[in-house]
Amino acid sequence: MQKRSLEFTVGIFMVMGIVALVLMAFRVSGLSVSDAGDTYTVKAHFENLGGLNDRAKVSMAGVTIGRVTNIYLDKDWYSAVVEMEINKDVDNLSIDTSAAILTAGLLGEKYIGLTVGAETDFLKDGDWIEDTQSAIVLEELIGRFLFNKAEEG
Amino acid sequence: MAAEQAYVSIRDLTFSRGERLIYDGLSVDFPKGKITAIMGPSGTGKTTLLRLIGGQLLPDSGSIVVAGQEVPKLKRQQLFELRKQKMGMLFQTGALFTDLNVFDNVAFPLRTHTDLPESMIRDLVLMKLEAVGLRGARDLNPAELSGGMARRVALARSIAMDPELIMYDEPFTGLDPISMGMIVKLIRCLNKALGLTSLLVSHDVEESCSIADYLCLVSGGKVIGFGTPNELMHDGNDEVRQFLRGEPDGPVPFHYPADDYRNDILAGGEG
Amino acid sequence: MDRIRTLGRTGIGMIESLGASSMLLWNSLMWGGPGSAGFGDLVKQLFSVGVRSLSIITVAGFFVGMVLGLQGYTILVDFGSEAALGTLVSLTLLRELGPVVTALLFAGRAGSALTAEIGLMKATEQLSAMEMMGVDPLKRVITPRLWAGMISMPILALIFSTVGIWGGAFVAVDMLGIDDGAYWGNMQASVTFYNDVVKGIIKSLAFGWVVTWIAVYQGYASMPTSEGIGKATTQTVVIASLAVLGLDFVLTAVMFGGV
Repeated sequence: MQKRSLEFTVGIFMVMGIVALVLMAFRVSGLSVSDAGDTYTVKAHFENLGGLNDRAKVSMAGVTIGRVTNIYLDKDWYSAVVEMEINKDVDNLSIDTSAAILTAGLLGEKYIGLTVGAETDFLKDGDWIEDTQSAIVLEELIGRFLFNKAEEG
Repeated sequence: MAAEQAYVSIRDLTFSRGERLIYDGLSVDFPKGKITAIMGPSGTGKTTLLRLIGGQLLPDSGSIVVAGQEVPKLKRQQLFELRKQKMGMLFQTGALFTDLNVFDNVAFPLRTHTDLPESMIRDLVLMKLEAVGLRGARDLNPAELSGGMARRVALARSIAMDPELIMYDEPFTGLDPISMGMIVKLIRCLNKALGLTSLLVSHDVEESCSIADYLCLVSGGKVIGFGTPNELMHDGNDEVRQFLRGEPDGPVPFHYPADDYRNDILAGGEG
Repeated sequence: MDRIRTLGRTGIGMIESLGASSMLLWNSLMWGGPGSAGFGDLVKQLFSVGVRSLSIITVAGFFVGMVLGLQGYTILVDFGSEAALGTLVSLTLLRELGPVVTALLFAGRAGSALTAEIGLMKATEQLSAMEMMGVDPLKRVITPRLWAGMISMPILALIFSTVGIWGGAFVAVDMLGIDDGAYWGNMQASVTFYNDVVKGIIKSLAFGWVVTWIAVYQGYASMPTSEGIGKATTQTVVIASLAVLGLDFVLTAVMFGGV
């Protein structure tokens, strides 16, 4: 009898652990079952990333549709290459879609914003986005502003 | 004595703990089927000898043969096998498992080492408990037992696997006369009934002499006397006799070695 | 000269006990999986190691979560970004406080109990008695305790974080009036399962392993006297806590980058 209750309590303990894990997965991290694996990868060259990180959001019209998975330097072109995973259900991005590095708020995190083009062919796994716009770097902006002012003056 | 077969045979045993030499070329045979009491002054490492025989400690050199097997040379697995089949040990405190009750304590070696069905284990355990007179205490926890009862349960546990050699570590220490009498009787009966070889470590001269077939006196890392109690009482050397009769002064001096008392006192003034 | 000798001896002693404890770990894990001493023993240990720590973990988790909610609120409200409170509470708990505080409490509650129990078994010659019965005390005593510690710790840490997040929600939503949707929505947007939840679990696994390892070794190697057991128990809590904090830095650096 006493042994049974011991096993029962340990069982409850295990169940609590599993419940906690499930809560973590679905309630806290918002994991949805269809999330994993159902993505395809596209790549893009950027002149300057200006602080874009791995795992940054990729969004279109303000809706998150993917994440940055890898960032590296293209040694031939001295430019940055960004690989991003796009959710499979967003499979109708035209091949002339443009990508820009944007900032959430004035000082917020960097993310990639996609704007769809006019072509009827769609991007497939491993394709490159040709039309890209680099991050706005505050120092460059100020520098250019001062330079213009000096020219005017 | 020479005609008797030795169950445990020790040759040229040397053992030291740290800097201290405990055994220095000790050699002794413990005859099969007899009770041998190992006696000696405190701190001579009598318990250590049991641990060496049990393989819990390794000697610096020398050989220890138990049932034809050289204990220090055995691999871990073989050693466990030997202990399981041939050895039992009764610890001074009983060493019952505190989280198991009396029944489960005695059943522990059987459950661990055999695949016997539970009903048979029950029969065996009750048999062993009956032998030590504690069948009625099977549901008690070790904490509820008196010192003497705990030792009897431990005895039942150590004979659970029917060993050939049983070692008692200070079985009489800290017991009231009645419990002591029970243990003495049990040791004698078990030895007779099961044909065990018993080794007994103790400093209780009277009790040991009453049940032991042989006495083995150890002092200064060597055996200083081996024989039946009667032989030793009468023919042993001075040190043996001093120990057995409990004389305060003799070959083992009352005084710890020191300078001449008179000189020492006088030297104090110069300090 | 004497001081140098003492230093050298201490150093050698430390390396010796590291070696001895590694051998203990190796021998007890190599010779058996979680159920090698019988499934019953593992369950018994899970009870005394895991279930008995549950109340302290739950209460501590709830309070830590509430404090995080309050403190975070007073800071975030200055920037007008109190909506990010859910993110702050959940990430802090999942990545850091959950595993670390649980491990520290675990060392104090379960670790010290393990050391004292094993030390007492040694002092009362129960371990010797087991050896003389031909039963390996490593397998029978140490292995189930090690496994129980390693299994319990991640569960406890998860429960701690969960309770903490709900504690934070209690303060944020019910007491401070932050929008319910903002608290959970921002949390879900920024917490990722693999990067935050799973890495937190990995941390707590590592901590559970280290704490239990130190606890059983301290018990197994303790001087078999009441003084020795007391000392070993203190040692367990001190060494295990330091080990957890040190290991936490290493794991954070490796998993969350930056170094």
